[in-house]
Amino acid sequence: MDKLILYLQYPFVRYALIVGVLIALCSSLLGVTLVLKRFSFIGDGLSHVAFGAMAIAAVLQLTNEMVIILPVTVISAVLLLRTGKNARIQGDAAIAMVSVGALAFGYLLMNVFSTSPNLSGDVCSTLFGSTSILTLTQTEVWVCVVLSVAVVLIFLFFYNRIFAVTFDEDFSRAAGTRADAYNLMIAVVIAVIIVLAMNLVGSLLISALVIFPALSAMRVFNSFRSVTVCSAILSVVSAFFGIVLSILAGTPVGSTIVAVDVAVFLVCYAVGAAKGGFRK
Amino acid sequence: MAFITATDLSLGYDSQVIVSGLNFTVNRGDYLCIVGENGSGKTTLMKTLLHLKEPVGGQIVTGDGLKKNEIGYLPQQTLVQRDFPASVKEIVLSGCQGRCGMRPFYNREEKSLARENMERMGILALADRCYRDLSGGQQQRVLLARALCATRKILLLDEPVAGLDPVVTAQMYDLIKDLNRDGITIIMISHDIEAAMKYASHILHIGDRVFFGTIDEYRKSETGHFFIEGQKDGVESNG
Ligand SMILES: Nc1ncnc2c1ncn2[C@@H]1O[C@H](COP(=O)(O)OP(=O)(O)O)[C@@H](O)[C@H]1O
Ligand SMILES: [Mg+2]
Repeated sequence: MDKLILYLQYPFVRYALIVGVLIALCSSLLGVTLVLKRFSFIGDGLSHVAFGAMAIAAVLQLTNEMVIILPVTVISAVLLLRTGKNARIQGDAAIAMVSVGALAFGYLLMNVFSTSPNLSGDVCSTLFGSTSILTLTQTEVWVCVVLSVAVVLIFLFFYNRIFAVTFDEDFSRAAGTRADAYNLMIAVVIAVIIVLAMNLVGSLLISALVIFPALSAMRVFNSFRSVTVCSAILSVVSAFFGIVLSILAGTPVGSTIVAVDVAVFLVCYAVGAAKGGFRK
Repeated sequence: MAFITATDLSLGYDSQVIVSGLNFTVNRGDYLCIVGENGSGKTTLMKTLLHLKEPVGGQIVTGDGLKKNEIGYLPQQTLVQRDFPASVKEIVLSGCQGRCGMRPFYNREEKSLARENMERMGILALADRCYRDLSGGQQQRVLLARALCATRKILLLDEPVAGLDPVVTAQMYDLIKDLNRDGITIIMISHDIEAAMKYASHILHIGDRVFFGTIDEYRKSETGHFFIEGQKDGVESNG
Protein backbone atom coordinates (compact mmCIF):
# COMPACT_ATOMS: atom_id res chain seq x y z
CA MET A 1 0.00 0.00 0.00
CA ASP A 2 2.79 2.40 0.87
CA LYS A 3 4.41 1.54 -2.36
CA LEU A 4 1.22 2.42 -4.23
CA ILE A 5 0.92 5.82 -2.52
CA LEU A 6 4.54 6.48 -3.30
CA TYR A 7 3.96 5.63 -6.94
CA LEU A 8 0.88 7.86 -7.10
CA GLN A 9 3.13 10.84 -6.46
CA TYR A 10 4.55 10.38 -9.92
CA PRO A 11 2.53 12.15 -12.64
CA PHE A 12 3.11 9.34 -15.14
CA VAL A 13 1.38 6.88 -12.84
CA ARG A 14 -1.59 9.19 -12.39
CA TYR A 15 -1.75 9.77 -16.15
CA ALA A 16 -1.68 6.04 -16.73
CA LEU A 17 -4.55 5.48 -14.32
CA ILE A 18 -6.71 8.27 -15.75
CA VAL A 19 -6.12 7.27 -19.34
CA GLY A 20 -6.46 3.59 -18.58
CA VAL A 21 -9.79 4.00 -16.85
CA LEU A 22 -11.16 6.24 -19.61
CA ILE A 23 -10.09 3.88 -22.36
CA ALA A 24 -11.57 0.93 -20.49
CA LEU A 25 -14.86 2.80 -20.15
CA CYS A 26 -15.06 3.65 -23.86
CA SER A 27 -14.04 0.25 -25.09
CA SER A 28 -16.63 -1.52 -22.97
CA LEU A 29 -19.56 0.62 -24.12
CA LEU A 30 -19.64 -0.67 -27.65
CA GLY A 31 -18.53 -4.15 -26.69
CA VAL A 32 -22.06 -5.48 -26.45
CA THR A 33 -22.96 -4.14 -29.88
CA LEU A 34 -19.76 -5.51 -31.34
CA VAL A 35 -20.27 -8.98 -29.94
CA LEU A 36 -23.92 -9.18 -30.93
CA LYS A 37 -23.47 -7.82 -34.40
CA ARG A 38 -20.66 -10.27 -35.02
CA PHE A 39 -18.42 -7.24 -35.49
CA SER A 40 -15.73 -8.53 -33.16
CA PHE A 41 -13.59 -9.57 -36.09
CA ILE A 42 -13.72 -6.05 -37.42
CA GLY A 43 -12.28 -4.88 -34.12
CA ASP A 44 -9.50 -7.40 -34.42
CA GLY A 45 -8.76 -6.49 -38.02
CA LEU A 46 -8.73 -2.79 -37.25
CA SER A 47 -6.27 -3.17 -34.44
CA HIS A 48 -3.85 -4.79 -36.87
CA VAL A 49 -4.43 -2.01 -39.35
CA ALA A 50 -3.64 0.45 -36.59
CA PHE A 51 -0.39 -1.42 -36.03
CA GLY A 52 0.49 -1.04 -39.70
CA ALA A 53 -0.31 2.66 -39.54
CA MET A 54 1.82 2.99 -36.45
CA ALA A 55 4.72 1.44 -38.33
CA ILE A 56 4.30 3.95 -41.15
CA ALA A 57 4.22 6.77 -38.64
CA ALA A 58 7.36 5.44 -37.01
CA VAL A 59 9.17 5.20 -40.34
CA LEU A 60 8.17 8.74 -41.27
CA GLN A 61 9.37 9.76 -37.82
CA LEU A 62 6.25 11.77 -37.09
CA THR A 63 6.12 13.36 -33.70
CA ASN A 64 2.40 12.96 -33.41
CA GLU A 65 1.57 9.48 -34.63
CA MET A 66 -2.20 10.02 -34.27
CA VAL A 67 -2.18 12.12 -37.44
CA ILE A 68 -1.70 8.97 -39.49
CA ILE A 69 -3.10 6.24 -37.28
CA LEU A 70 -6.52 7.76 -36.67
CA PRO A 71 -7.53 8.52 -40.28
CA VAL A 72 -6.13 5.23 -41.63
CA THR A 73 -7.99 3.21 -39.02
CA VAL A 74 -11.24 5.11 -39.52
CA ILE A 75 -11.10 4.66 -43.29
CA SER A 76 -10.37 0.96 -42.88
CA ALA A 77 -13.31 0.65 -40.52
CA VAL A 78 -15.62 2.10 -43.15
CA LEU A 79 -14.20 -0.15 -45.87
CA LEU A 80 -14.37 -3.29 -43.76
CA LEU A 81 -17.98 -2.56 -42.90
CA ARG A 82 -18.77 -2.31 -46.60
CA THR A 83 -17.14 -5.61 -47.53
CA GLY A 84 -18.62 -7.31 -44.49
CA LYS A 85 -22.05 -6.62 -45.97
CA ASN A 86 -21.20 -7.80 -49.42
CA ALA A 87 -22.38 -11.36 -49.71
CA ARG A 88 -20.08 -12.17 -52.60
CA ILE A 89 -16.75 -11.36 -51.02
CA GLN A 90 -16.70 -13.26 -47.79
CA GLY A 91 -16.63 -10.61 -45.07
CA ASP A 92 -14.54 -12.71 -42.71
CA ALA A 93 -11.98 -13.52 -45.35
CA ALA A 94 -11.64 -9.87 -46.33
CA ILE A 95 -11.03 -8.88 -42.74
CA ALA A 96 -8.50 -11.66 -42.24
CA MET A 97 -6.69 -10.56 -45.40
CA VAL A 98 -6.53 -6.93 -44.36
CA SER A 99 -5.50 -7.65 -40.82
CA VAL A 100 -2.75 -10.15 -41.56
CA GLY A 101 -1.56 -8.03 -44.45
CA ALA A 102 -1.31 -4.95 -42.24
CA LEU A 103 0.62 -6.87 -39.61
CA ALA A 104 3.11 -8.18 -42.15
CA PHE A 105 3.64 -4.83 -43.83
CA GLY A 106 3.94 -3.05 -40.53
CA TYR A 107 6.68 -5.38 -39.35
CA LEU A 108 8.40 -5.27 -42.72
CA LEU A 109 8.43 -1.47 -42.74
CA MET A 110 9.76 -1.29 -39.24
CA ASN A 111 12.47 -3.78 -40.06
CA VAL A 112 13.64 -2.17 -43.27
CA PHE A 113 13.49 1.46 -42.29
CA SER A 114 13.89 1.50 -38.56
CA THR A 115 16.79 3.41 -37.10
CA SER A 116 16.03 2.26 -33.60
CA PRO A 117 18.68 0.13 -31.91
CA ASN A 118 16.07 -1.98 -30.16
CA LEU A 119 13.76 -3.07 -32.95
CA SER A 120 12.18 -6.11 -31.36
CA GLY A 121 11.53 -4.07 -28.24
CA ASP A 122 9.69 -1.46 -30.33
CA VAL A 123 7.62 -4.06 -32.12
CA CYS A 124 6.80 -5.81 -28.91
CA SER A 125 5.64 -2.62 -27.27
CA THR A 126 3.35 -1.72 -30.19
CA LEU A 127 1.88 -5.18 -30.19
CA PHE A 128 1.52 -5.63 -26.46
CA GLY A 129 1.63 -2.01 -25.32
CA SER A 130 4.23 -2.79 -22.71
CA THR A 131 5.43 0.67 -21.91
CA SER A 132 3.56 3.29 -23.90
CA ILE A 133 0.91 3.79 -21.23
CA LEU A 134 3.62 4.77 -18.76
CA THR A 135 5.31 7.23 -21.06
CA LEU A 136 2.34 9.43 -21.95
CA THR A 137 2.91 13.14 -22.40
CA GLN A 138 0.43 15.68 -21.10
CA THR A 139 -0.81 16.36 -24.64
CA GLU A 140 -1.49 12.70 -25.21
CA VAL A 141 -3.43 12.56 -21.99
CA TRP A 142 -5.58 15.49 -23.11
CA VAL A 143 -6.21 14.01 -26.56
CA CYS A 144 -7.26 10.84 -24.85
CA VAL A 145 -9.57 12.62 -22.41
CA VAL A 146 -11.27 14.62 -25.17
CA LEU A 147 -11.78 11.59 -27.42
CA SER A 148 -13.08 9.49 -24.55
CA VAL A 149 -15.58 12.10 -23.49
CA ALA A 150 -16.73 12.40 -27.11
CA VAL A 151 -17.20 8.63 -27.35
CA VAL A 152 -19.20 8.49 -24.11
CA LEU A 153 -21.41 11.42 -25.15
CA ILE A 154 -22.09 9.94 -28.57
CA PHE A 155 -22.96 6.64 -26.97
CA LEU A 156 -25.36 8.20 -24.47
CA PHE A 157 -27.00 10.39 -27.06
CA PHE A 158 -27.58 7.55 -29.51
CA TYR A 159 -28.13 4.82 -26.92
CA ASN A 160 -31.67 4.00 -28.02
CA ARG A 161 -30.77 4.00 -31.70
CA ILE A 162 -27.74 1.82 -31.13
CA PHE A 163 -29.91 -0.64 -29.24
CA ALA A 164 -32.52 -0.71 -31.98
CA VAL A 165 -30.05 -1.04 -34.82
CA THR A 166 -28.16 -3.79 -33.00
CA PHE A 167 -31.26 -5.76 -32.12
CA ASP A 168 -32.98 -5.59 -35.48
CA GLU A 169 -31.52 -3.62 -38.33
CA ASP A 170 -34.37 -4.28 -40.78
CA PHE A 171 -37.02 -3.16 -38.34
CA SER A 172 -35.18 0.06 -37.55
CA ARG A 173 -34.74 0.79 -41.20
CA ALA A 174 -38.41 0.16 -41.91
CA ALA A 175 -39.25 2.58 -39.09
CA GLY A 176 -37.23 5.25 -40.85
CA THR A 177 -33.97 5.03 -38.89
CA ARG A 178 -30.97 5.45 -41.11
CA ALA A 179 -29.34 2.21 -40.05
CA ASP A 180 -26.44 2.58 -42.46
CA ALA A 181 -25.52 5.91 -40.93
CA TYR A 182 -25.54 4.36 -37.47
CA ASN A 183 -23.48 1.39 -38.58
CA LEU A 184 -21.00 3.83 -40.00
CA MET A 185 -21.00 5.79 -36.78
CA ILE A 186 -20.44 2.62 -34.78
CA ALA A 187 -17.53 1.66 -37.04
CA VAL A 188 -15.92 5.09 -36.74
CA VAL A 189 -16.29 5.10 -32.97
CA ILE A 190 -14.78 1.62 -32.81
CA ALA A 191 -11.83 2.86 -34.85
CA VAL A 192 -11.31 5.77 -32.47
CA ILE A 193 -11.51 3.45 -29.48
CA ILE A 194 -8.99 1.08 -31.00
CA VAL A 195 -6.52 3.85 -31.66
CA LEU A 196 -6.94 5.00 -28.07
CA ALA A 197 -6.66 1.52 -26.68
CA MET A 198 -3.43 0.85 -28.52
CA ASN A 199 -1.70 2.99 -25.91
CA LEU A 200 -3.08 0.91 -23.13
CA VAL A 201 -2.82 -2.69 -24.18
CA GLY A 202 -1.14 -2.66 -27.59
CA SER A 203 -2.76 -3.72 -30.81
CA LEU A 204 -2.89 -7.46 -30.24
CA LEU A 205 -4.84 -7.26 -27.01
CA ILE A 206 -7.43 -4.62 -27.92
CA SER A 207 -10.14 -7.09 -28.83
CA ALA A 208 -9.85 -8.58 -25.38
CA LEU A 209 -10.43 -5.18 -23.82
CA VAL A 210 -13.52 -4.65 -25.95
CA ILE A 211 -15.05 -8.09 -25.78
CA PHE A 212 -14.36 -9.58 -22.35
CA PRO A 213 -16.35 -7.10 -20.23
CA ALA A 214 -19.34 -7.41 -22.57
CA LEU A 215 -19.23 -11.21 -22.52
CA SER A 216 -18.88 -11.20 -18.74
CA ALA A 217 -21.86 -8.89 -18.26
CA MET A 218 -23.96 -10.91 -20.71
CA ARG A 219 -23.49 -13.98 -18.53
CA VAL A 220 -25.04 -12.33 -15.52
CA PHE A 221 -27.53 -9.71 -16.67
CA ASN A 222 -30.64 -9.83 -18.79
CA SER A 223 -31.43 -6.39 -20.12
CA PHE A 224 -29.44 -4.31 -22.55
CA ARG A 225 -29.15 -1.45 -20.10
CA SER A 226 -27.91 -3.53 -17.18
CA VAL A 227 -25.49 -5.40 -19.43
CA THR A 228 -24.09 -2.11 -20.73
CA VAL A 229 -23.74 -0.57 -17.27
CA CYS A 230 -22.27 -3.73 -15.84
CA SER A 231 -19.71 -4.16 -18.59
CA ALA A 232 -18.63 -0.54 -18.19
CA ILE A 233 -18.13 -1.04 -14.46
CA LEU A 234 -16.33 -4.37 -14.89
CA SER A 235 -14.07 -2.91 -17.53
CA VAL A 236 -13.14 0.17 -15.49
CA VAL A 237 -12.52 -1.84 -12.33
CA SER A 238 -10.43 -4.44 -14.18
CA ALA A 239 -8.36 -1.76 -15.87
CA PHE A 240 -7.77 0.05 -12.60
CA PHE A 241 -6.68 -3.04 -10.72
CA GLY A 242 -4.74 -4.29 -13.70
CA ILE A 243 -2.70 -1.11 -13.84
CA VAL A 244 -2.14 -1.01 -10.10
CA LEU A 245 -1.17 -4.69 -10.06
CA SER A 246 1.24 -4.25 -12.92
CA ILE A 247 2.92 -1.32 -11.22
CA LEU A 248 3.24 -3.16 -7.93
CA ALA A 249 4.34 -6.45 -9.42
CA GLY A 250 6.33 -5.00 -12.27
CA THR A 251 4.39 -6.93 -14.90
CA PRO A 252 3.47 -5.60 -18.39
CA VAL A 253 0.41 -3.35 -18.14
CA GLY A 254 -1.61 -4.60 -21.11
CA SER A 255 -1.37 -8.28 -20.40
CA THR A 256 -2.07 -7.76 -16.71
CA ILE A 257 -5.30 -5.88 -17.50
CA VAL A 258 -6.39 -8.58 -19.92
CA ALA A 259 -5.55 -11.25 -17.37
CA VAL A 260 -7.80 -9.49 -14.85
CA ASP A 261 -10.52 -9.28 -17.53
CA VAL A 262 -10.24 -13.01 -18.12
CA ALA A 263 -10.43 -13.73 -14.41
CA VAL A 264 -13.55 -11.56 -14.13
CA PHE A 265 -15.08 -13.40 -17.07
CA LEU A 266 -14.51 -16.76 -15.38
CA VAL A 267 -16.17 -15.50 -12.21
CA CYS A 268 -19.14 -14.15 -14.19
CA TYR A 269 -19.40 -17.39 -16.10
CA ALA A 270 -19.62 -19.31 -12.84
CA VAL A 271 -22.15 -16.85 -11.40
CA GLY A 272 -24.25 -17.02 -14.56
CA ALA A 273 -24.17 -20.80 -14.56
CA ALA A 274 -25.15 -20.96 -10.91
CA LYS A 275 -27.89 -18.38 -11.43
CA GLY A 276 -29.84 -19.65 -14.36
CA GLY A 277 -28.71 -23.10 -15.31
CA PHE A 278 -26.53 -23.43 -18.37
CA ARG A 279 -27.28 -21.15 -21.24
CA LYS A 280 -25.55 -22.54 -24.27
CA MET B 1 -57.04 5.56 -52.95
CA ALA B 2 -55.55 2.35 -51.54
CA PHE B 3 -52.91 2.05 -48.82
CA ILE B 4 -50.55 0.24 -51.14
CA THR B 5 -50.78 -0.12 -54.89
CA ALA B 6 -48.21 -2.24 -56.70
CA THR B 7 -48.06 -1.99 -60.45
CA ASP B 8 -46.17 -4.39 -62.66
CA LEU B 9 -43.72 -5.00 -59.86
CA SER B 10 -40.68 -7.21 -60.35
CA LEU B 11 -38.40 -8.25 -57.53
CA GLY B 12 -34.92 -9.64 -57.32
CA TYR B 13 -31.35 -9.17 -56.24
CA ASP B 14 -28.72 -7.41 -58.34
CA SER B 15 -31.10 -7.20 -61.27
CA GLN B 16 -31.55 -10.98 -61.19
CA VAL B 17 -35.32 -11.24 -61.29
CA ILE B 18 -37.09 -13.62 -58.91
CA VAL B 19 -40.74 -12.68 -59.54
CA SER B 20 -42.27 -10.31 -62.01
CA GLY B 21 -45.66 -9.05 -63.08
CA LEU B 22 -47.06 -8.45 -59.62
CA ASN B 23 -50.16 -6.26 -59.55
CA PHE B 24 -52.11 -5.85 -56.36
CA THR B 25 -53.72 -3.34 -54.06
CA VAL B 26 -54.11 -3.30 -50.30
CA ASN B 27 -56.96 -1.25 -48.90
CA ARG B 28 -57.62 -0.10 -45.36
CA GLY B 29 -58.90 -3.01 -43.29
CA ASP B 30 -57.81 -5.76 -45.68
CA TYR B 31 -56.25 -9.00 -44.50
CA LEU B 32 -53.91 -10.09 -47.24
CA CYS B 33 -52.14 -13.43 -47.13
CA ILE B 34 -49.08 -13.96 -49.30
CA VAL B 35 -48.59 -17.61 -50.16
CA GLY B 36 -46.17 -19.50 -52.35
CA GLU B 37 -43.42 -22.07 -52.21
CA ASN B 38 -40.18 -21.63 -50.27
CA GLY B 39 -37.81 -19.32 -52.09
CA SER B 40 -40.53 -17.89 -54.30
CA GLY B 41 -39.74 -14.37 -53.11
CA LYS B 42 -42.28 -13.68 -50.36
CA THR B 43 -39.76 -12.22 -47.93
CA THR B 44 -38.20 -10.26 -50.75
CA LEU B 45 -41.60 -8.78 -51.58
CA MET B 46 -42.11 -7.77 -47.98
CA LYS B 47 -38.71 -6.11 -47.81
CA THR B 48 -39.53 -4.23 -50.96
CA LEU B 49 -42.84 -3.05 -49.51
CA LEU B 50 -40.90 -1.78 -46.50
CA HIS B 51 -38.49 0.10 -48.77
CA LEU B 52 -35.62 -1.97 -47.40
CA LYS B 53 -34.69 -2.70 -50.98
CA GLU B 54 -35.52 -1.28 -54.35
CA PRO B 55 -37.79 -3.13 -56.77
CA VAL B 56 -36.10 -4.29 -59.97
CA GLY B 57 -39.00 -2.92 -61.99
CA GLY B 58 -42.48 -1.46 -61.62
CA GLN B 59 -43.57 0.68 -58.71
CA ILE B 60 -45.17 0.78 -55.30
CA VAL B 61 -47.39 3.71 -54.44
CA THR B 62 -48.57 4.34 -50.90
CA GLY B 63 -51.70 6.39 -50.38
CA ASP B 64 -54.76 6.97 -48.21
CA GLY B 65 -52.64 8.89 -45.71
CA LEU B 66 -50.19 6.04 -45.12
CA LYS B 67 -46.68 7.31 -44.54
CA LYS B 68 -43.59 5.29 -45.31
CA ASN B 69 -42.61 4.80 -41.69
CA GLU B 70 -46.08 4.00 -40.40
CA ILE B 71 -45.72 0.33 -41.21
CA GLY B 72 -45.26 -2.20 -38.43
CA TYR B 73 -43.04 -5.14 -39.27
CA LEU B 74 -42.60 -8.56 -37.75
CA PRO B 75 -39.54 -10.09 -39.39
CA GLN B 76 -38.56 -13.72 -39.73
CA GLN B 77 -36.40 -14.30 -36.66
CA THR B 78 -32.73 -13.63 -37.11
CA LEU B 79 -29.78 -15.32 -35.49
CA VAL B 80 -28.63 -12.21 -33.63
CA GLN B 81 -31.83 -11.98 -31.65
CA ARG B 82 -31.58 -15.45 -30.24
CA ASP B 83 -28.95 -14.66 -27.62
CA PHE B 84 -29.54 -10.97 -27.30
CA PRO B 85 -29.60 -9.68 -23.74
CA ALA B 86 -32.62 -7.40 -23.81
CA SER B 87 -35.69 -7.13 -21.64
CA VAL B 88 -39.16 -7.35 -23.15
CA LYS B 89 -39.79 -3.73 -22.18
CA GLU B 90 -36.70 -2.49 -24.00
CA ILE B 91 -37.63 -4.33 -27.17
CA VAL B 92 -41.24 -3.19 -27.26
CA LEU B 93 -40.21 0.39 -26.56
CA SER B 94 -37.77 0.28 -29.46
CA GLY B 95 -40.83 0.07 -31.72
CA CYS B 96 -41.47 3.73 -30.92
CA GLN B 97 -38.23 4.97 -32.43
CA GLY B 98 -39.86 5.98 -35.70
CA ARG B 99 -41.92 8.51 -33.71
CA CYS B 100 -38.90 10.08 -32.06
CA GLY B 101 -37.49 11.98 -35.00
CA MET B 102 -34.21 13.45 -33.86
CA ARG B 103 -35.11 13.26 -30.16
CA PRO B 104 -32.65 10.88 -28.49
CA PHE B 105 -34.85 9.54 -25.70
CA TYR B 106 -38.38 8.19 -25.42
CA ASN B 107 -41.00 10.42 -23.81
CA ARG B 108 -43.78 9.51 -21.43
CA GLU B 109 -46.34 9.13 -24.18
CA GLU B 110 -44.20 6.56 -25.97
CA LYS B 111 -43.55 4.66 -22.75
CA SER B 112 -47.27 4.39 -22.07
CA LEU B 113 -47.87 3.32 -25.66
CA ALA B 114 -45.38 0.50 -25.14
CA ARG B 115 -47.15 -0.48 -21.94
CA GLU B 116 -50.51 -0.43 -23.65
CA ASN B 117 -49.30 -2.72 -26.41
CA MET B 118 -47.69 -5.13 -23.97
CA GLU B 119 -51.03 -5.32 -22.21
CA ARG B 120 -52.84 -5.87 -25.48
CA MET B 121 -50.52 -8.77 -26.33
CA GLY B 122 -50.81 -10.21 -22.82
CA ILE B 123 -47.12 -9.89 -22.02
CA LEU B 124 -47.20 -7.12 -19.42
CA ALA B 125 -46.22 -9.60 -16.72
CA LEU B 126 -43.11 -10.48 -18.72
CA ALA B 127 -41.97 -6.85 -19.08
CA ASP B 128 -38.73 -7.29 -17.16
CA ARG B 129 -37.96 -10.77 -18.37
CA CYS B 130 -35.17 -11.44 -20.81
CA TYR B 131 -36.23 -11.96 -24.40
CA ARG B 132 -33.94 -14.93 -24.98
CA ASP B 133 -35.51 -16.85 -22.08
CA LEU B 134 -39.04 -16.68 -23.48
CA SER B 135 -40.86 -19.37 -25.43
CA GLY B 136 -41.26 -19.01 -29.18
CA GLY B 137 -44.87 -17.90 -28.87
CA GLN B 138 -44.03 -15.31 -26.22
CA GLN B 139 -41.19 -13.96 -28.35
CA GLN B 140 -43.55 -13.50 -31.28
CA ARG B 141 -45.95 -11.58 -29.04
CA VAL B 142 -43.10 -9.31 -28.00
CA LEU B 143 -42.21 -8.59 -31.61
CA LEU B 144 -45.88 -8.05 -32.40
CA ALA B 145 -46.20 -5.56 -29.55
CA ARG B 146 -43.12 -3.78 -30.90
CA ALA B 147 -44.64 -3.64 -34.38
CA LEU B 148 -47.84 -2.19 -32.90
CA CYS B 149 -45.80 0.61 -31.33
CA ALA B 150 -44.67 1.57 -34.81
CA THR B 151 -48.12 1.72 -36.38
CA ARG B 152 -51.84 2.00 -35.89
CA LYS B 153 -52.54 1.29 -39.53
CA ILE B 154 -50.79 -1.63 -41.15
CA LEU B 155 -48.78 -4.67 -40.05
CA LEU B 156 -46.48 -6.76 -42.21
CA LEU B 157 -45.91 -10.20 -40.72
CA ASP B 158 -43.32 -12.59 -42.11
CA GLU B 159 -44.28 -16.14 -41.15
CA PRO B 160 -45.46 -15.22 -37.67
CA VAL B 161 -46.28 -18.80 -36.71
CA ALA B 162 -43.14 -20.52 -37.96
CA GLY B 163 -41.85 -22.90 -35.32
CA LEU B 164 -44.84 -22.57 -32.99
CA ASP B 165 -46.85 -25.53 -31.74
CA PRO B 166 -50.48 -25.93 -32.92
CA VAL B 167 -52.11 -24.45 -29.81
CA VAL B 168 -49.90 -21.38 -29.77
CA THR B 169 -50.30 -21.07 -33.53
CA ALA B 170 -54.08 -20.92 -33.16
CA GLN B 171 -53.73 -18.28 -30.43
CA MET B 172 -51.45 -16.24 -32.65
CA TYR B 173 -53.93 -16.39 -35.54
CA ASP B 174 -56.73 -15.27 -33.22
CA LEU B 175 -54.63 -12.40 -31.95
CA ILE B 176 -53.93 -11.24 -35.49
CA LYS B 177 -57.58 -11.61 -36.42
CA ASP B 178 -58.54 -9.41 -33.44
CA LEU B 179 -56.08 -6.77 -34.54
CA ASN B 180 -57.58 -6.83 -38.00
CA ARG B 181 -61.07 -6.49 -36.51
CA ASP B 182 -59.83 -3.44 -34.59
CA GLY B 183 -59.09 -1.82 -37.94
CA ILE B 184 -55.44 -2.69 -38.51
CA THR B 185 -54.63 -3.77 -42.03
CA ILE B 186 -52.71 -7.04 -42.16
CA ILE B 187 -50.29 -8.37 -44.73
CA MET B 188 -49.08 -11.80 -43.70
CA ILE B 189 -46.77 -14.34 -45.25
CA SER B 190 -47.89 -17.84 -44.48
CA HIS B 191 -47.18 -21.42 -45.47
CA ASP B 192 -50.42 -22.52 -43.99
CA ILE B 193 -52.95 -22.31 -46.81
CA GLU B 194 -55.81 -23.57 -44.64
CA ALA B 195 -55.33 -20.77 -42.12
CA ALA B 196 -54.97 -18.30 -44.97
CA MET B 197 -58.31 -19.43 -46.42
CA LYS B 198 -59.91 -19.20 -43.00
CA TYR B 199 -58.72 -15.76 -41.89
CA ALA B 200 -57.68 -13.72 -44.89
CA SER B 201 -59.80 -11.48 -47.10
CA HIS B 202 -57.37 -11.51 -50.03
CA ILE B 203 -54.69 -13.84 -51.34
CA LEU B 204 -51.54 -13.01 -53.23
CA HIS B 205 -49.97 -16.13 -54.64
CA ILE B 206 -46.46 -15.78 -56.01
CA GLY B 207 -44.33 -18.31 -57.78
CA ASP B 208 -44.46 -19.76 -61.28
CA ARG B 209 -47.99 -18.50 -61.51
CA VAL B 210 -49.07 -15.28 -59.94
CA PHE B 211 -52.53 -14.70 -58.58
CA PHE B 212 -54.15 -11.83 -56.73
CA GLY B 213 -57.79 -11.64 -55.64
CA THR B 214 -60.25 -12.30 -52.87
CA ILE B 215 -60.51 -15.62 -51.09
CA ASP B 216 -63.51 -16.70 -53.18
CA GLU B 217 -61.80 -15.79 -56.43
CA TYR B 218 -58.72 -17.72 -55.32
CA ARG B 219 -60.70 -20.81 -54.44
CA LYS B 220 -62.25 -20.82 -57.89
CA SER B 221 -59.04 -20.03 -59.75
CA GLU B 222 -56.88 -22.69 -61.27
CA THR B 223 -53.79 -21.63 -59.31
CA GLY B 224 -55.68 -21.69 -56.04
CA HIS B 225 -57.39 -24.97 -56.72
CA PHE B 226 -54.09 -26.56 -57.59
CA PHE B 227 -52.24 -25.14 -54.57
CA ILE B 228 -54.93 -25.91 -52.00
CA GLU B 229 -55.28 -29.50 -53.18
CA GLY B 230 -51.51 -29.85 -53.37
CA GLN B 231 -51.12 -28.79 -49.76
CA LYS B 232 -53.83 -31.15 -48.59
CA ASP B 233 -52.19 -34.05 -50.39
CA GLY B 234 -48.88 -33.02 -48.88
CA VAL B 235 -50.32 -33.03 -45.40
CA GLU B 236 -51.98 -36.40 -45.87
CA SER B 237 -48.94 -38.11 -47.27
CA ASN B 238 -46.75 -36.55 -44.57
CA GLY B 239 -48.81 -37.51 -41.66
N1 LIG C 1 -29.71 -11.17 -50.01
C1 LIG C 1 -29.96 -11.95 -51.08
N2 LIG C 1 -29.16 -11.89 -52.18
C2 LIG C 1 -29.39 -12.67 -53.25
N3 LIG C 1 -30.42 -13.54 -53.35
C3 LIG C 1 -31.26 -13.67 -52.30
C4 LIG C 1 -31.08 -12.87 -51.11
N4 LIG C 1 -32.05 -13.19 -50.22
C5 LIG C 1 -32.81 -14.14 -50.84
N5 LIG C 1 -32.34 -14.41 -52.08
C6 LIG C 1 -32.93 -15.36 -53.03
O1 LIG C 1 -34.19 -14.88 -53.40
C7 LIG C 1 -35.12 -15.93 -53.51
C8 LIG C 1 -36.36 -15.62 -52.72
O2 LIG C 1 -36.07 -15.57 -51.35
P1 LIG C 1 -37.17 -15.20 -50.26
O3 LIG C 1 -37.83 -13.93 -50.67
O4 LIG C 1 -36.51 -15.23 -48.94
O5 LIG C 1 -38.19 -16.41 -50.40
P2 LIG C 1 -39.40 -16.85 -49.44
O6 LIG C 1 -39.49 -15.87 -48.32
O7 LIG C 1 -40.59 -16.86 -50.33
O8 LIG C 1 -39.07 -18.23 -48.96
C9 LIG C 1 -34.41 -17.19 -53.06
O9 LIG C 1 -34.08 -17.93 -54.21
C10 LIG C 1 -33.16 -16.71 -52.39
O10 LIG C 1 -32.10 -17.59 -52.64
MG1 LIG D 1 -39.24 -16.04 -46.23
